[in-house]
This record gives sequence, C-alpha cells and structure tokens, in this order.
Amino acid sequence: MYHIGFDIGSTTIKAVVLDDENNICYRSYERHKAQARQKALDKIIELRKFTKEPFTFAISGSGAIGLCEQSGLPFVQEVFASAVATKKFFPETDCAIELGGEDAKILFFRGSIEQRMNSTCAGGTGAFIDQMAQLLNMSLEEMNEASLHYHRIYPIASRCGVFAKSDIQPLINQGVDKADLCASIFQAVVGQTITSLAQGRKIEGNLLFLGGPLYFLSGLRKRFQETLKLEDEQINCPDTAIHYVALGTALCADQEFTRESIEGTLEELVNTPVEMSESKPLFETKADYDAFVARHQSHDAKYADLKSYTGKAYLGVDSGSTTTKLALIAENGDILYDSYSSNKGNPLDVVLHDLKTIYDTNPDIRIYGAYSTGYGEELMRTAFHLDGGVVETLAHYTAAKKFNPDVDYILDIGGQDIKCFKIKDGHIDDIVLNEACSSGCGSFIETFANSLGYDAKEFAKLGLKSKHPVDLGTRCTVFMNSGVKQAQKNGATVEDISAGLCRSVVKNALYKVIRARNKDDIGKHIVVQGGTFQNDSVLRSFEQELDLEVIRPSIAHLMGAYGAALYAQKLHRTPSAILNREQLENFSHTARSVACQGCSNHCSLTINTFNDGTRLIAGNKCDKMIVTKSRHEDLPDMYKIKTQMFEDIKKKYHHEKKIGMPLVLNNYDLLPFWSRFFDSLGYEIIWSKPSTQETYQRGQQTIPSDTACFPAKLVHGHIQELIDQKVDYIFYPCMTYNVDEKQSQNHYNCPVVAYYPQVIENNMDMEETKFVSPFLSFDDEKTFVKAFCLHFEKAGIKFRKHDVQIALHAGANDYKLFHEQLRLKHQDAVLYAREHNLPMAVLCGRPYHLDPLVNHQIHQLLTQLGFVVLSEESVPRQQPHTTNVLNQWTYHARLYQAAHYVCENDDMHLIQLVSFGCGIDAVTTDEVKEILKASGKFYTQIKIDEVDNLGAVRIRLRSLKGAIEQQKEEEQHVH
Amino acid sequence: MYTKFTSDMKADHLILVPSMLPIHFKFFKPIFEKNGYHIEVLDTDNDNIREEGLAHVHNDMCYPALLVIGQFIDALKSGKYDLDHVALAITQTGGGCRASNYLSLLRKALEREGWDYIPVLSLNFSGLEKDSGVEMDLPLIMRTIYGALYGDALMWLKNQVMPYEVHKGETMRVIDEMVDELMVSFENGGYRKSKKIYRDMIDRMKAIERTKEPKIRVGIVGEIYMKYSPLGNQHLEDYLMQEGFEPVLSGVMDFVLYSIENGLIDYKYYHMHSKSWGIYQIAKDVVMRMQKTFRDAVKQDGTFVAPDDFSEVIRAGRPFIDPGVKMGEGWLLTSEVVSLIQSGVTNVIMCQPFGCLPNHIVAKGMTHKIKQEYPNANIAPIDFDPSASHVNQENRIRLMMANAKLNARMQEQN
Repeated sequence: MYHIGFDIGSTTIKAVVLDDENNICYRSYERHKAQARQKALDKIIELRKFTKEPFTFAISGSGAIGLCEQSGLPFVQEVFASAVATKKFFPETDCAIELGGEDAKILFFRGSIEQRMNSTCAGGTGAFIDQMAQLLNMSLEEMNEASLHYHRIYPIASRCGVFAKSDIQPLINQGVDKADLCASIFQAVVGQTITSLAQGRKIEGNLLFLGGPLYFLSGLRKRFQETLKLEDEQINCPDTAIHYVALGTALCADQEFTRESIEGTLEELVNTPVEMSESKPLFETKADYDAFVARHQSHDAKYADLKSYTGKAYLGVDSGSTTTKLALIAENGDILYDSYSSNKGNPLDVVLHDLKTIYDTNPDIRIYGAYSTGYGEELMRTAFHLDGGVVETLAHYTAAKKFNPDVDYILDIGGQDIKCFKIKDGHIDDIVLNEACSSGCGSFIETFANSLGYDAKEFAKLGLKSKHPVDLGTRCTVFMNSGVKQAQKNGATVEDISAGLCRSVVKNALYKVIRARNKDDIGKHIVVQGGTFQNDSVLRSFEQELDLEVIRPSIAHLMGAYGAALYAQKLHRTPSAILNREQLENFSHTARSVACQGCSNHCSLTINTFNDGTRLIAGNKCDKMIVTKSRHEDLPDMYKIKTQMFEDIKKKYHHEKKIGMPLVLNNYDLLPFWSRFFDSLGYEIIWSKPSTQETYQRGQQTIPSDTACFPAKLVHGHIQELIDQKVDYIFYPCMTYNVDEKQSQNHYNCPVVAYYPQVIENNMDMEETKFVSPFLSFDDEKTFVKAFCLHFEKAGIKFRKHDVQIALHAGANDYKLFHEQLRLKHQDAVLYAREHNLPMAVLCGRPYHLDPLVNHQIHQLLTQLGFVVLSEESVPRQQPHTTNVLNQWTYHARLYQAAHYVCENDDMHLIQLVSFGCGIDAVTTDEVKEILKASGKFYTQIKIDEVDNLGAVRIRLRSLKGAIEQQKEEEQHVH
Repeated sequence: MYTKFTSDMKADHLILVPSMLPIHFKFFKPIFEKNGYHIEVLDTDNDNIREEGLAHVHNDMCYPALLVIGQFIDALKSGKYDLDHVALAITQTGGGCRASNYLSLLRKALEREGWDYIPVLSLNFSGLEKDSGVEMDLPLIMRTIYGALYGDALMWLKNQVMPYEVHKGETMRVIDEMVDELMVSFENGGYRKSKKIYRDMIDRMKAIERTKEPKIRVGIVGEIYMKYSPLGNQHLEDYLMQEGFEPVLSGVMDFVLYSIENGLIDYKYYHMHSKSWGIYQIAKDVVMRMQKTFRDAVKQDGTFVAPDDFSEVIRAGRPFIDPGVKMGEGWLLTSEVVSLIQSGVTNVIMCQPFGCLPNHIVAKGMTHKIKQEYPNANIAPIDFDPSASHVNQENRIRLMMANAKLNARMQEQN
C-alpha cells in the first residue's frame, strides 16, 4: 500500500509518497503562492500517476490546520512528523535542527523526546535569509558562496529577524565586505537558534539538519558546525531534508482513502466560500476611488527642464537605509532632476550614476549647494564633497512646509523606518521614530509581495480591489507573517491580504509607534511621505483609519532629498564643492574593516578610502579615530564619572579570601555597599568584568526566556565568567525589596531584578563553585543577618552575627557616602555646564544602564554633541511628588524625581533609556512623559537592546539638539 | 483628581466588574447585593474589547490590563449604562508586579475619554486605595469565600465530566442549574450548608452519562487572568476538551492561600506584618479547612479525582523555587506545575501574557530544572498578546498535545 504525506507550510507545499517498504517513490517541493488548497488538489491529481488505490493519507504543516479542520482530513503535527521520520531513518540522531520558511524547530532525542519551536517573538529564519538576500541584492546561492570566504564575523542581533536587519543595514551603508556580511547573517541565524530554541539545553552529539535553508545553504551549516564545535561525522543533512516533514507525515498516515474521496473532499474545500469577519473595503465604489485619485493629484510638485536650465541649482541627497533619493532643484523650487533607487547594497554607485546623468544632461549646470541627509549622510558628504549635512527630521520638515505652510504633523514611512514629527509653533515639538521592534514596515510589504510571487507595485494595486481586507494585527512584522498564515489558513485572497498588510502597516504606525488615541493627537494638517505612502492602499488605509484627508505630495518618496536641497538653497551661497564631471569619472572607493584599538571597546570600524585620498571612518562610537571633528571628550559625564568611581572602589580593598559577585542589575547600585560590607568581614570581592559581546555569548546557551530584558540575559555571561575563573563562592542575593529612599509608596525591585538569582540557580551548572543566594532586605537588620549567616554556613563559611551586623552598617554608610559623592559630582557638572553655557542631558534609566554593552555608549554620543551628561541617580533628592501611577519601585521613583527636577531647570533635557522587554517601563515612560509635557519639555525615549545601531539614536539626539537650539533662538527673538 | 467611590453611591450606582472566572463571578451579584452593592459582571467577548484596549493602554503593558480596561471602555461605550450612575471595580494585588498598576491605568483611560467622574473601586487586601473601595465586613468576606469555594468545586468537577459527557451540553446545563440554585442560597442564607451542597454537586455530576474512553489530562497553570479567563486564553479549556483532552485547573482559592502564605513568609523572612501575622495564620487555617470539606466529599464518594491539599502544593515547589519569590504568581506557579506532575498530569500548559515579568522567573525560568527532575514532563509555555495571531498559539498547543499523545503511546508500549 502507498502512503502519501503532505506538508503545507507558510510558503511551500511538500509531498512524499512511500511504498510498502517505506521507499520513497515520489517527492516534491513547490511554492504555493497562498493558493494552498488549490495546490493540494493539483498535487493529488498529479499523484494519480504514482500511486495505486487504496492508499493512506495525512497532512501536516501550519498551512494545513484550517484545511484539516474543515475537511476532516487527518492532521499530523509537524514536529511530531519529523520525530517519527528520525526514529525510523536516523535512529542514531541526538538532535535535529529544522529551519523552515518562518519556523525554527529543534528536537532532542536523547532521554525523552523533547521538541521545541520558535516562540512568538523569534523571527522566521528562512524568510529572514530571503529578506537579507534581497537587501544585499544577492541570490541565495551567491550569499552561500560568498559566506564561505569571509574574514570577519560582525555581531548581529540574534533575537529576531527585524533586529538583525537594523544591525546589518549600517554595515551595508558602511560598505562592509559582502562575504563578511553573508557569514555574519548566517551566524545570526545560528545564534538565534541557540538562544531562542535550545534555551539552556546543550546541542551536542549527532546532529540532523533539516529544512530548506539548511539543505540549500552549506555556508549556514558550516556556521552551525563551527559554533557548536562539531566534527564532520557528527552532522548529517539527508537528501530528504526539505521533504522531511512530508516524509514523516507519510509514515504517520494510517487512514485509508480512495482517490475519489480525497479529490472530492479537496475540490469541495477549494470551492467552499470561506467565512470571514466583515471588514470595510478600501473603496466602496469606483467613484470613491476616482475622487481619491483626483484629490491627491492636486499635490503634484512642479518640474522644470534640466537641459535648458541656466540658473543656480541646488542638490539634495537622502541616503536612506534601503533606498537613495536625490533631487536637484531650481531657484524657484522646481525640480530639475530626481531619482529614487534601491541601494542594491551600494548607495555610492547609485549617486555616482545620478550625478553623471545630471552632468551629461546639462554639462553647464551650476550647482550652488549640495546637502545630504539620512543614514548615509556622512558617507555621501565625504565621498562626493558635498557642502553639508542636515539631520533628516529637519530636511523633511523643510520639504513639507513647501506643500503646506501650516503643516503640523509629518508622518514618513520608509523602507524600514517610521518617522513622525509633530510641529508646534513652527518648530519640531516631538519626534517619534520606530523602535527596533516595529521597523521594516515598508520593505515588509515588498518582501511579502515577492514571496507570494508578485511585484510590489502590482501587489499594492491588488489591495485596492479587496472586498474584505484581513485583520493582521499591529505588532512587528514577524507577527504579521503569522497573521498572514492565519489568513491563508482561512482562505483569504491575495487582494485581501494585500489590503490587510497595508492596513497593518498603518495601524502599526498609528498605534505602535505614534500611539495615537484619537485624531486630535495627530494634528489637522498632516503631510505623509516616504516610499511606503506611494502605495495607494497604504494611503487610503491611513485616511480611513484616521477619518481625515491628508496631503501626500507627488514626491512623497523624495521629501528628504527635496528638503535637503531646499536647505542647501537656504544656507549655501557660493558654488558647491561637489565633485565635477571629470572628478566623478575617476571616482573610486574601497572599504576595509578593522577593529579600533583606541580603547577596550574595540568597536568594529569601516574605513572607506576614496581615490583622492579622502577617508571616512564609520562605525565608531567615540571621536577617537576621527580627528577632523571637534572633540568634546572632556565634558562632564556622570556615566563616565560613576564608572571611574566604581573602578576606584574595586581597587580599594584587598584580602586573601575572595567572594565572586556578578556586576549586573542591582549590583550596579549596590557595589559600594557590598564592597565595604565584605571588606569588613575580611573578604575581597571579585567582580565580573564590565560586559562585552563575549560575556554575553558565554552565557547565551543557558538563557531560559529569550524575551527577558537584555540586562537580565547578560547575567548568565557574568556568572559563567566567575565559574570559569573557579571562584569558590558566588554571592548573588535575591532582593524583593530595594533600598527605601522614601520617595515612593513602596520600595520594590522589579520581579526580574529581585529574583534573577533563582533563574541562575536553576539553569546554570555551577561546577565547583558554590552559589550563595539568600533572600535579603535592608529593612530588617535581624533577618538580614540571620539569612546571610545561615546561607553561608550551608556553603561552608561561618560568620559571626555580630560581625555581619557591623559589616551591614559599614556598608550602608559607604553606600550613603557614595550617593552623596555622586550628587556633589552632579552639582559640579551643572556648574561647569552653566559656566560654559552648555545644554545638559539627564540620561535616565536604571543603575545597570551603566553597563557599557547595555548603554551602547549613548552618553558619549551626547558629549560629542556638546551635552553635559547627568544621570537620574545623581539628581539631588526632590520633594516627593504625587504620581498618577502606583509608585512602588525604588529605581523607578528616581525617574519621576529626575523628571520633576528637569522641569525646574530650563537648561536640562531628559532622555530616557528603556530596555526592550522592560514591562515596568510601559508604566514609567507614560508617566515621565506626562510630567515633562506639563512643563512644556521635550521627551526623548531611546529603546535599547543587544542591537547596536547608533545611527537612529544619533538622528534622534541630533534632532533633539536641533529642536533645542531652535527653541533657544526663538526665545532670544522674543526678548 | 480622580473620583472616589463613597458610601452614598452604593444606592444608585451600578458597579461593573470584569469577569475572570465564568462560574465564580456569577455569585458576585447576590453576594454583594446583600450589602447593598449593585453589581454587574461583564462577560462580553468581542474584538472591539481588544481594539479599545490597544487604544487606551500602552501596548507594551500586560495583556490582561489591556483586556480588562478594553472591556470596561467597550461596555461604557455600548450605551447600556447610565454613565452618571455607574462605577468600575478592579482588583489590585499590591505586589512588586506591574499588575498593581491596573487601577491607575484604568483611571488614565477614563480621563482620556472625559469620564473622570466615573468612580473606580479597588478590590485589594493590601490596604491600597482605602478611601475608594468596597467596605468589606466579615459576613461579606465569608460569603465571598464561599462563592469562590463553590466556584472552584464546580469548575473542578466540570472538567472531569464535560470531556466525557455522552449528551453534548448536559454538563453545562447541570452546572447552570446549580449556579442558579446557589445564587438563591446566597440570598436566603442556605449557602452555609457546604457539606450538603458539595454532596449534592457530586451526585448530580455523577448522574451525567459519561463515556469510559480514557483521555489525557492536561494541566493549565499561569498568570491568574490568563489561566482562568476565556477572554484571555481564547477559551483554552473548551479547546482542550474539543481536542479530546481533560483540562485540569486548580481553584482560585489556592491563589488566595498563596497570598496569605506570602504574608506569613514576609514575617519569617523580613519580620514584616508582625501585628497581623496571627490573623494570616487563622485565615490560612480556616480556608484550608473549608477546602478540606470538598476534598473529603470527593474522596468519600470516590467517583472523581480530588484536588490536591494546598500544603502538598507548597511542599511540591520547595526543591525548585524559594518561597520568597512572591511577585505575580510567584512560587505558586512553579509549585502547581510540580504538584500536577507528581499527581500524574505530566502535560502542562503555562499561560502567560507576552513579556510577563514574573513569568521569566517562575515559569520559563524553572522548566529546565523541573524537566531535569521529571524527564517525561511535557511543559508548554504559551504567550498570549493582543495580536499574536491565534494560529501561532494553536500550533504550539498542538505540539504540546502531539507530544502528550506520543508520550502516552510510548508508555503503552513499555
């Protein structure tokens, strides 16, 4: 008897036919282009040629659940199918890794079978590699080939595809070698599999690689092999790797069918109209559509002929993350030349080509100013000798004003970024950029269109015809992928998916990024722009969602470049220094990556060298390597000061006997306490070193929850470091309660800070080291001493209660002194700032944001911009204020204090660092913002994670600085 | 300034309460009516609730906050209620978890709609919001406890009968009947005869015709709202039954005992509550004795599996987690998982809101060690959030179920 197994995934359908002896007599692997049901029917009909009746049949895969529910056909869970196939064909396997279009799965066979799939948060891996390939403009084969010849691996966030993408983008912009990029991308996939899937269980023994990406990409397998340190004979990627689930399904199939019954059932399914929740179409009637088109045509920009133009011209270049935009304008603002091109991995070539075209069309063109903006602003400026750069927020505002002088809101959705600026009284009042988690919105539509076999424009047009757009939710693209899966499962049409995706992009922007509650939150005169709004379905969804008519200039996609050109016109009065035709001819450029030796951070730098000898160094976090820029290294910086104070304390005490402690989370606050405390008891603390990427990787394998905040996940690495040093004891107490600073209703730690030692204890192998972790609270001396002594006694050290009591007081005293000192330094910094008339930034977060790997040296970025940097910890004690939220955490109460303090000081500005995944900051950010808003202050929030993408942060901070300066100028006008 | 709920509002204000446990919350109406409070439990379930939640609450806030606040706003916008005579009640745990902020988030949401005149009541035992709560007198407290116990008992029995019922819908019909009768008993005082009531429950559930076909039992633990609320966990109990499993959920009184136990632990660890310590001890004893009445009745009858003694639950968790972990569901969640496994329920679903902080510790953080100790444990953490589409969760639950079946089959073979 024949056995047929189908595996219907998110993008593909796989089929396997087995004969009596379980020999494979047919297999196939095809894309179904969202037509899963039809394809399944076609396949069954095709199989007439290969099978005899009766046969058994079963289906597996995420795309099959709905199908089986409706039809009653037997369903086999996909991981289960893989497990069965492995037991049958490769019984010696210890572990199987299967990467699919969007799923990542891991199976452990040793002991009881354990199966894991990627959690809701982790991005799809196959789809992710596809996306990256497109970003690099390479085919998968090329990527694979290139990856084998890499020299260097760059750290790329391994948590979810979207984050990884924002890590890769700057590398591409910096011109990093493609071979290195490809290998780094594969390495990210490996990292993701290890953290989000293995979750503390070691991947070892004999490994089976399954699924398309692993089967087709030997480079990816190589990364796995090297990372997991496996011998050649330990790994196996069978030729059935891509059909594996279907194979297992065929093995599991035990229900007999006749051809007629299956074909009948499937045919019926294809013809059944699917029940859908009613949703409003984008356009009810043709007339609606025509009115819409006519209205938007009225916002067309004017063009003039480049060839015959004799006046002064101004050039703007907007070097974005995925596209490069260029505009050349005449004195009256008419556009002489414009272009919008995909970077294809090398934005310099794009601009080079455009400039040549301009010179070729009009060799006598007189360019009187050329400015660049966007991610690649510096690269463009240096490469082509442009006259200046402008922060993109300002460029967009300048352009939008040209279309509506009253504009009070600009929303720009580009390939990867969402930017919104609120304008009040002629200056930028608020800036919202998308956080790492919801980026990729525009390019997502494109990628998705391609994966369904459509061209992006064609796909967008389909949405206009949709009768029932599907609801795909408002989270990051990874979730949308699953939403589409769901819709496909329900049999939604491509039209409905297209419209649904567009609506999601809009909702994402409104509810996730801007977090608008009603239209008054947005504004009355809205200008929308960016490539994504070129898509009429997106535009229409936006107007529908807000119930407002908005302006989309015909050059919506060029606004940054147009604004930069206008800016050049405003600021530049002499002929531009831009390369002339001849210089362009000789233009060439090489990129080389090095590790900076300037300090212990060893940032990875890219050195771009141009044919005229000009060099541009990108990727640096500080100014050390760049001599041309003015140096602000020496401005007071409380983050630097506190780090130095910590270093001093660490060197202060010396004893024979040592105790290891991780420098993580609340220990960034309590270090002065514990140092003196143990000194008093005759012990020296061996603190784990400040985090590096290596620290993180060291403990990565034991992290049980990949959605915990980055500072928490780092703890594993620190503990591992101490274990590897073979310290005898690691002391890391659980602290439900924090130090009571009498500024809040209660003085809790957050659950993660309070109880992370419990996670460590249960997930890490301590080897020879003893882990001492009592529950301690500073509120009650007696129980503190008792618990401390008890736990150490169990570990083999006997302390006398009285000694501990004395140590407790000594530690508390030093802790108090430390904070007083911080406040003194704070006051010095304020004095310095006022003497030199410098703006001050109160960089707020948690004590552990002092960790260099956590804060990404944002404080240095601020000093580079000319800010004196203060911290929330060093803010002098304020009068307690009432809050609108329950104020019961010590660290968080400091935030509210800092906010009030900033309100009282005109020359201070608050910037809040928020760790991704910090649930409590969902409460604090709103409250801090409200406190600041009540006093007319800017609120700037920066979300941080393991992603090291300072590009966006820099824009953010530069815009803030621009806004502050603008505000200042206006105030001077008034007086 | 927000509006407080004053005692003169009792007479003419309708208090809305978001539902969490479908059976238990039905008793609220008669229980509180007796003290002059007019209560309506919101058991609405529609997409607009999620939409309103997303629009009114920070999207990174926990999912239950979003649902509960969304449910309120949805109800207030429905036109069913006279906004001048309506009040909202919400629970506050007062612990170190951000869930304690639901109340202030609700007030913020109301303010945004211009409804700051609508009073919000806090239901808590931590002394928060003393001037805007329900005045709990002893009879009211006792009635509430009885309500919760009966709810627990009905839920416990329902899950052992419904998956096996021969006539579809019969179990729910019987449950509804009993709920109606109990509601009357809260009005006329008959609710105190617990022994008789339990025996009656068991007899009537027993009388329902059931199949003998064995089914795999699947435990549900998790963040309290996600564990119980069908709105939150997308009708997980029903789904499991529909797929041929028997769901196992411990009662909500265990959570109450957990809260009381935390008071005792606070005293032991930090010498907190030195004055109220004795009361906690008494409360614990009383509640445990009341639970025992039901357990004994079930055991005596012998038809159904009896719930675990809470002291057993406490003991089960000790080797894995320190009782000092008390934020969110704290040590209770870990203990429940272990005690389920020990009583043979090796398949466990952990329901949590996406990004729930305590669950990093007590749920995902503990599975590694639990699995080391019990290799055949099949634990599936499921994250729920407003837009993670249903298929993802469903697929994960399916994986758990497939695993459960695989394990059952392996055991048969051995």
